[in-house]
Amino acid sequence: MNRLDCLDPVRKALIDDLDQGFAELYGTYRGLVFSTALRLSGRWADAEDLTAEAFLRAYRAVAGYDRERIAALQPRPWLMTILMNVWRNCVRTRVRHPPPDLMEEPVDSVDTGEGVEAAAERRETGGELAELLRLLPEDQRAAVVLRHVVDLPVSEVATVLGLPQGTVKSHVSRGLKRLREMTR
Amino acid sequence: MNQDPLLSGLAGLTADPPEGLLDRIAARWVRVEGPLGEVSVAATDQGVAFLRWYGPHDDTAARESFAAEFRARFGRPLLQGDRPPAGLVPALRTGKAAGLRFDLRELSDFQRDVLTAAQRIPRGEVRPYAWIARQIGRPAAVRAVGTALARNPVPLLIPCHRIVRSDGAPGEYVFGAEAKERLLRHEGVDLDGLRDLAQENVFYLASDTTGIVCFPTCHNARRITPRHRHGFRSVAQAESAGYRACRTCRPGEVAA
Repeated sequence: MNRLDCLDPVRKALIDDLDQGFAELYGTYRGLVFSTALRLSGRWADAEDLTAEAFLRAYRAVAGYDRERIAALQPRPWLMTILMNVWRNCVRTRVRHPPPDLMEEPVDSVDTGEGVEAAAERRETGGELAELLRLLPEDQRAAVVLRHVVDLPVSEVATVLGLPQGTVKSHVSRGLKRLREMTR
Repeated sequence: MNQDPLLSGLAGLTADPPEGLLDRIAARWVRVEGPLGEVSVAATDQGVAFLRWYGPHDDTAARESFAAEFRARFGRPLLQGDRPPAGLVPALRTGKAAGLRFDLRELSDFQRDVLTAAQRIPRGEVRPYAWIARQIGRPAAVRAVGTALARNPVPLLIPCHRIVRSDGAPGEYVFGAEAKERLLRHEGVDLDGLRDLAQENVFYLASDTTGIVCFPTCHNARRITPRHRHGFRSVAQAESAGYRACRTCRPGEVAA
């Protein structure tokens, strides 16, 4: 059992008590997951849905794991991989069935003058740079967000995206190049 | 070393999720006093989702059983709550849960219909399984009604104990037949009287002053004085004797 002592608190808690472990997992990674979800989707409400869904799936997955498997788990890339799957599923469904209010939404946000709440929300959503991120192709956006917004090492981005490191690096550099061109 | 304004701009795009987001994912459990003793209750942000009573178990054993049952059924994290959801404690005390919100998302439409019909039975009264089946427009589904009631995630609050066998015996219950009998007596149901009537093949009571026929536990039936009371085996029999079905307890063979 000595081996368990050197585990991080998240995995230790997950082995001791699944629900307490989940609270620990959520407390440790909620900012990371939410920030990623927010910059991938570009919408606050979508980020909440994606984050909730990713953590719920993570819980359901880990409920079926035995001690050995939890001990061997790398919580951060594992959780981020789940998030990326949730996001891809969400994008795929949205392409197939676009939400009916999509057409009306821009009219709303252009017409109304910016109130206090809107200003606060714009600050929360990051303003111009966040808007530009949304214009990147999905693979570049994912690589840039994981590498430079939430600061994962290239090797971990590669694991999460299931791509070779070289491909990740080229997505990142192409994404950054495009962002520089757009901000110029 | 982050001199590059683009990179520092990107690094500044992190955000914390709103406070309430965890409650969209995890349910909260509390232990509260109920009519049979302490019960464990889980609620989500949608409402009360699960209630269990483990008899005179100690706290730790009850907590572990509850967590395991909840996980198997809902697949959602369960964290300790700091206070009971609004309305829960009075609902358990009074047997009336009118103001309480439930989270019945995990159930099928049929199960939800059964439980909604069960909620209409007032404290102190009982109805047969076939009554529920008729109320939800599925008169032949009496057995399925029994199964749906046995799977009631929130017993006591949605009063599945108020549905009994037509021979006057309480019948099966999630927490055991004995607990069901105790609960019904506690709510003031005259189970012995029902059994005596059933032995004489009486399942409905009519009043010759109002001309109305009821279930024996209907509050209208309980007011009939012995001199004016007539027992019937079926509503059809009462109707051919000139009585009409009560509009409160709705004993009619076919739902209106």
